[in-house]
Amino acid sequence: MKKNTNLTEVEDKQNLKAKKFLVWLFIISSFMIFAGLTSGYIVYTAGSPDRGLKTILPQAFKYSTVIIILSSITMHLAYKAAKRLRFNQQMMYLAATIVLGILFMVVQFYAWQVLTRQGVYFVNYNASQSFIYVFTGFHMLHIFAGILMLVNSLTGALKRIPQVRNLFRLEVTSIFWHFIDILWIYLYVFLLLNQ
Amino acid sequence: MASTALHDTAVLHNHDHDHGHHKETFITKYIFSQDHKMIAKQFLITGIIMAVIAMILSVLFRLQLGWPDKNFPLLETFLGQWAEGGRIKPEFFLALVTIHGTMMVFFVLTAGLSGTFSNLLIPLQLGARDMASPFLNMLSYWLFFSACMVMMASFFTVTGPASAGWTVYPPLSALPKAIPGSGIGMTLWLVSMTLFIASSLIGALNYISTVLNMRTKGMDMWKMPLTIWAFFLTAIVGVLSFPVLVSAVVLLIFDRSFGTSFYLSDIVVAGQVLPNQGGSPILWQHLFWFLGHPEVYIVLMPALGITSEVIATNSRKPIFGYHAMVYSLIGITVLSFVVWGHHMFVTGMNPFLGGVFMITTLIIAVPSAVKTFNYLATLWRGNIRFTPAMLFAIGLVSFFISGGLTGIFLGNAALDINLHDTYFVVAHFHLVMGSASIFGMLCGVYHWFPKMFGRLMDEKLGYIHFWFTFIGAYLVFFPMHFMGLDGVPRRYYAFTEFEFMKEWLTVNTFITWAAIVSALAQVAFLWNFFYSIFYGKKASQNPWQSNTLEWTTPVERIHGNWPGEIPSVYRWPYDYSKPGHHEDFIPQTTPFSETMSSNLPHDFEGNAVAEKIQEDWVRNNPKVTTTENV
Ligand code: HEM
Ligand SMILES: [Cu+2]
Repeated sequence: MKKNTNLTEVEDKQNLKAKKFLVWLFIISSFMIFAGLTSGYIVYTAGSPDRGLKTILPQAFKYSTVIIILSSITMHLAYKAAKRLRFNQQMMYLAATIVLGILFMVVQFYAWQVLTRQGVYFVNYNASQSFIYVFTGFHMLHIFAGILMLVNSLTGALKRIPQVRNLFRLEVTSIFWHFIDILWIYLYVFLLLNQ
Repeated sequence: MASTALHDTAVLHNHDHDHGHHKETFITKYIFSQDHKMIAKQFLITGIIMAVIAMILSVLFRLQLGWPDKNFPLLETFLGQWAEGGRIKPEFFLALVTIHGTMMVFFVLTAGLSGTFSNLLIPLQLGARDMASPFLNMLSYWLFFSACMVMMASFFTVTGPASAGWTVYPPLSALPKAIPGSGIGMTLWLVSMTLFIASSLIGALNYISTVLNMRTKGMDMWKMPLTIWAFFLTAIVGVLSFPVLVSAVVLLIFDRSFGTSFYLSDIVVAGQVLPNQGGSPILWQHLFWFLGHPEVYIVLMPALGITSEVIATNSRKPIFGYHAMVYSLIGITVLSFVVWGHHMFVTGMNPFLGGVFMITTLIIAVPSAVKTFNYLATLWRGNIRFTPAMLFAIGLVSFFISGGLTGIFLGNAALDINLHDTYFVVAHFHLVMGSASIFGMLCGVYHWFPKMFGRLMDEKLGYIHFWFTFIGAYLVFFPMHFMGLDGVPRRYYAFTEFEFMKEWLTVNTFITWAAIVSALAQVAFLWNFFYSIFYGKKASQNPWQSNTLEWTTPVERIHGNWPGEIPSVYRWPYDYSKPGHHEDFIPQTTPFSETMSSNLPHDFEGNAVAEKIQEDWVRNNPKVTTTENV
């Protein structure tokens, strides 16, 4: 009987590890969407000299970059706090990350406004410019999903779910959140290089 | 003991959702099941239904090609406005071709094949209780099911299903007003494919994570059966390629519904100039074929894995060149991402680039050839048992050779300028992808039916099914090569309107007859399949005397797969007819200490202690080894 419980523990650990691995795989597939889109941009733009960004990217993108880097830091702090069993701190940092995430979305929307004022519309004969909206829009979908995961971790912490699961949720959330942070930097650098 | 272990597994599965009940109701057992074996059966049966529908669609458009001027009043009875006066309308012909291709490639040979056998065999052959995430696994099936429903729904719209071909090239697919099928039908196609992509991705993530994390003790990667290698690499191809189709589809949706111009430029519809400017239809082809070519290997590789296993088991011989088989699968995986341009030789691509794609395409023939030769070498002087599964496996090898050879012609850019978009291409991919993969799938169904349903399928019906399908497929697809060489284009509704194609009418009629006969032969299979589920002969635990782990599970197919502990693995899966052993198979769970009379020095992978023990044993028992070796 004793042997049997040990066995399940081993299987159990294996199971959690496998689930965490799923998140990494999801990140790879998600990255491939953006790899596809950016390659599409390159192929499209190379087709004719009339295509290309042909505009100055809004300053707002710089602010959103700073915001999202900050949010990655708070995310990490939340994770560290949870590991040290400081749950109030954990919740505070989680809340801060959520606020920063929302702020990021607001700044991105503002950037879209700036773009339209510059005459760079989504519906455009130069689809290179439409691509800016596709990149940022798809990225914002990810931010939105990330915020949902953050809220889920936060409510878990509020309900004081068992530490194993609290930590598991937090780990999954932070992997994803850092990914979308890096993803934004990739997209921004990509756009800057093509400016 | 057994019951406690069972209980433990039930607890395990309740980790990601809190409800603690583990009494199964009809709904949790058969409908929203999270058991990988049940999900596999759901995928299989849905796949079979989709295959039957897609096959009927193909017979319908073959009727038009076989008898372009004849009326079939019966068609009007069934199809109504699609076949007014008993003749299929041109618009509906295009819809039939499109949905036939989409369903066969994606629903039958991707979801039906990978979904069934990856789900069934990954946990069973690796020694796991279930998938990494049983819940996501269930979600994957229901997304697939919804995709099928949405695609079917498009037959019940006024304007009909999508009609731009399975590759849905813009501008036809991007302009709702271009042809009737580009309207709501195309929208439904896109919705369906989005659901389907989500399903495949979730499935693939699960397969990879399970293979990497949940193998039982002793099952290192190099002890995995080739089936698992194939499913694993297929899933990797899927994870890297399907997301790119998402990007392509998203841009297409923007073009269709938001007025952007990613793919559209300079278009006049019904005398009206459209506002869209500056887009590039070639962009779609790049994005689509970046998925599309890997997709053909997503379809083929599981079939190759299944047949490797079946051929070794039924030849009673170790698979020839196990490592070479794995490396060639890896080679195909990598190369499949750098050859997509061979579908675009005639898009006006830079000839230098065409040359590059030509070379990569011809290189991919090398791992394919390695696999073929290894199959033949395994069969060579084997102690072959011609079960229906084995016949279908050999059928795959045949189709893989005859269809693969024409790929080499098509891969040469200069030749492809003539052959592109003709029936030669249709012949090529129906042999190498369509027939080969379907045969791999049927081979798997006959072979693992006892594992799924605890019963055996009828062999006689299996033989009838095989011979009619095998000969039928060649009669259907082989003549198409000649039509293609003469320049008959694919997807033409009224080919007899062109003087030079008129002489091909008799051939087309012949092909249609062959198609009808092969379609009828499938009734033998369907009857056999569904009848045997309920009334087939009861199967024993290991009916094919096979080495792999799934045959150590009880015939009753319990939740959690093994009562009590999961067995450990000691050896590779292909110890068939090993000299010195009293039986012609040694399961992976048999330790070397129990097979002293047949162990070979390289079995111990350089473990000096074990080698020493073996040497001592051989010295003390010289007689046994010599007599058994004779
Ligand atoms: C020996 C290796 C192969 C080579 C060199 C090769 C080459 C080609 C080429 C050049 C084309 C484009 C023809 C055209 O449209 O003008 C083509 C089409 C196609 N091939 Fe292959 N092929 C090979 C193996 C395979 C395999 C193994 C599969 C599937 C399992 C496959 C599936 C297809 C399909 C589905 C198409 C047609 C797609 C369409 O236009 O609808 N090929 N092949
Ligand atoms: Cu290809």
